[in-house]
Amino acid sequence: MTPSTRRSGRTPAIALLAAAALALTACAPGSSAPPAPPSQAPSAVRTDAAALGDVTLTVWDQEVRGGQAAQMKQLNDAFQAKYPNIKLNRVSRSFDDLNTTLRLALSGNEPPDVVEANNGRSSMGAFVKAGQLLPLDAYADAYGWKRRYPESVLRYSRYSADGKLFGEGNLYGLPQVGEVVGVFYNKAKLGKLGLRPPATWADFETALGTAKTAGEVPLQLGNLDKWPAIHVFGTVQGRHVPADQISALAFGRKGASWTTPENTAAAEQLVGWVDKGYFGKGFNGQGYDPAWQAFGKGEGVFLIAGTWLLADLEKALGDDLGFMLPPGVSAGAAPVATGGTGLPFAITAKSPHPDAAAAYVDFITSADAMKVLTSTGNLPVAETGQQSVQAGPQQDVFTAFGTVTGKDGLVPYLDYATPTFADTLGAALQDLLAKKVTPQEFLATLEKDYKTFTESN
Amino acid sequence: MARGRAAGRPPGEPRRVAYLYLLPALVVYAAFLLFPIGRAVQFSLYDWDGLSVGRWAGLDNYAAIIADEGLRDAFGHALVLVVFYALIPLAVGLALAAVLNHAKVRGLGFFRTVVFLPQVVAMVVVAVAWRRVYAPDGTLNALLGALGLESLTRGWLGDYAFALPAVGVVGTWVETGLVTVLLLAGMSRVPPDLYEAARLDGAGAVREFFAVTLPSVRGEIAVALTLTVIAALRTFDLVYVTTRGGPGTSTTVPSYEVYHRAFGLGQVGSAAAVGVTLALLIFVISFGINRFADRGLT
Repeated sequence: MTPSTRRSGRTPAIALLAAAALALTACAPGSSAPPAPPSQAPSAVRTDAAALGDVTLTVWDQEVRGGQAAQMKQLNDAFQAKYPNIKLNRVSRSFDDLNTTLRLALSGNEPPDVVEANNGRSSMGAFVKAGQLLPLDAYADAYGWKRRYPESVLRYSRYSADGKLFGEGNLYGLPQVGEVVGVFYNKAKLGKLGLRPPATWADFETALGTAKTAGEVPLQLGNLDKWPAIHVFGTVQGRHVPADQISALAFGRKGASWTTPENTAAAEQLVGWVDKGYFGKGFNGQGYDPAWQAFGKGEGVFLIAGTWLLADLEKALGDDLGFMLPPGVSAGAAPVATGGTGLPFAITAKSPHPDAAAAYVDFITSADAMKVLTSTGNLPVAETGQQSVQAGPQQDVFTAFGTVTGKDGLVPYLDYATPTFADTLGAALQDLLAKKVTPQEFLATLEKDYKTFTESN
Repeated sequence: MARGRAAGRPPGEPRRVAYLYLLPALVVYAAFLLFPIGRAVQFSLYDWDGLSVGRWAGLDNYAAIIADEGLRDAFGHALVLVVFYALIPLAVGLALAAVLNHAKVRGLGFFRTVVFLPQVVAMVVVAVAWRRVYAPDGTLNALLGALGLESLTRGWLGDYAFALPAVGVVGTWVETGLVTVLLLAGMSRVPPDLYEAARLDGAGAVREFFAVTLPSVRGEIAVALTLTVIAALRTFDLVYVTTRGGPGTSTTVPSYEVYHRAFGLGQVGSAAAVGVTLALLIFVISFGINRFADRGLT
């Protein structure tokens, strides 16, 4: 082995080098690329894209799967054909890859022009705070985006200029697709059990009980990936807690609270479902994909999930598939459902071609674009009512989304609340569903994360 | 005269000249290894979200690691994984290698390849496959059902008591082959006359193993332990794919926290602090293992 004298002789040299390396970098991280001041509305907005001269736009999107990829390609081709002077340089990555690389890309000196940024505080909120996204209000006025989109949808892309307030303030992006979490059901199974799609929440619970007695899996759930139960809890919560309170909590407003009797009732009902065996066996150890795929194969009567599963489930179940908004306490109650938008397309503050970028965003969210989205099996976020689709599950979904946005019944995803809330809530729900904690302890965990954030924000 | 002086010196003297020879390699080493490490250490001293200008935080991030119960648990989980990644494979590997070496098995090369195979497969693929094995309707539960042990079936990765051991067993499955092959190589180098001498002195198979085989492969054991312990402590892909740290926080590990904090939550400073702490821990442990092995040899 090496004699120890020689080894110790080498150590100082390495230490010295390490120290030198450190000295070279002795300025604060992030200071090499000082944030551009949030440029307020560009003085003159130009909407005539054909007159902008030769421009190359770099676009980062995450539309990589099936119908999403198809609509993007079709729209990009149409855009190029209409404006040959604007060249598109499309970079598409999966959702996870985009999320992890966007942060670095935006802090560079030549960020992409148009990016799909996740709405939440740890993505879009952080980018706004760092002055990396362009407020789009001037373009919204020029292009009439506020007529195109209901405010209940636009607010998901709104932040105050300092990034602290979510859900109001400047507009930072436009989404293409809508999402709503509702109840998928297996029509054939319901028929066999002698049931009809439940009209009230009490009916829904009764149906779950009937399915259990008949030996079916009443409610399919795979919660291994931590987040799926968030949508189930959100749906139950919508029956117990007033919609404005849920919105306040989900947007992380000061003054709201998790430890209320209403939230406790929601958590207790969810745990009650575990006790009654309404979820499949070992649901905390079942993956999200295997769970909805099992529902597609005919295991399970109901599935609480988002409209993004429509295309795949329709392929599996065909006309046996039904979709409805979560039923209200009474048959005539105003609809409340968790939902929102796909990732909004935002324009970076350092983009040298904001006018061309805005023209592109306008183009891919126009009325014609919404038709393309429909024909490729997506749920367009605007003008949903104007689309014609054949009767069946897709129409169920369109009707549901049109109803809930029309009546402003969309409540935000609960994990928007704080930058760490997705993890806190996901883990706490696993604890709650495994009966490791009581509903009170569960809410106390949420309250702690929530209060820590809102008080420092 | 000049030639005479050069001949009189050991090569590489004076030291200045020797360092000159080393310089190109050192520059590359510094640029690609020391610089990033230096940056990571520097980041760990800042409160930085990865976007705006960082705020000097001193040792706050490190203090937070000690104060954070969840993170302490994460380091605890990593140490549990050491048992599954390093200690169990070492025990199994020693037994396997001793038997294989002794019995002079026919087709040893083939067997060695099969045992080593898990090392070749990318960890992500391994994780996806084992996720299917552990699923509520997966292979393991089907097997238990067939054996009439229906009461033992469960969603293994979603079970608070079994999730961490379940992840660990995957590690055991992967690392056992590596350890076995390393030890086999070591044992095959033991001179046969040593065994013969032990036999003549009346040693049985067990005695022979402890008196001859085990001391002879001390170096290989050190290498195997170093590799597997490091693999255990820096486990990331397996946890990321199988459980994402769940259920609750029962399988979260430091490497996963590094990723999660840096990319998920935008707490780059805190992530760097966890990373540096983990690197130090790995350094101390592998240094200890090698010291132990060195002392044994002299």
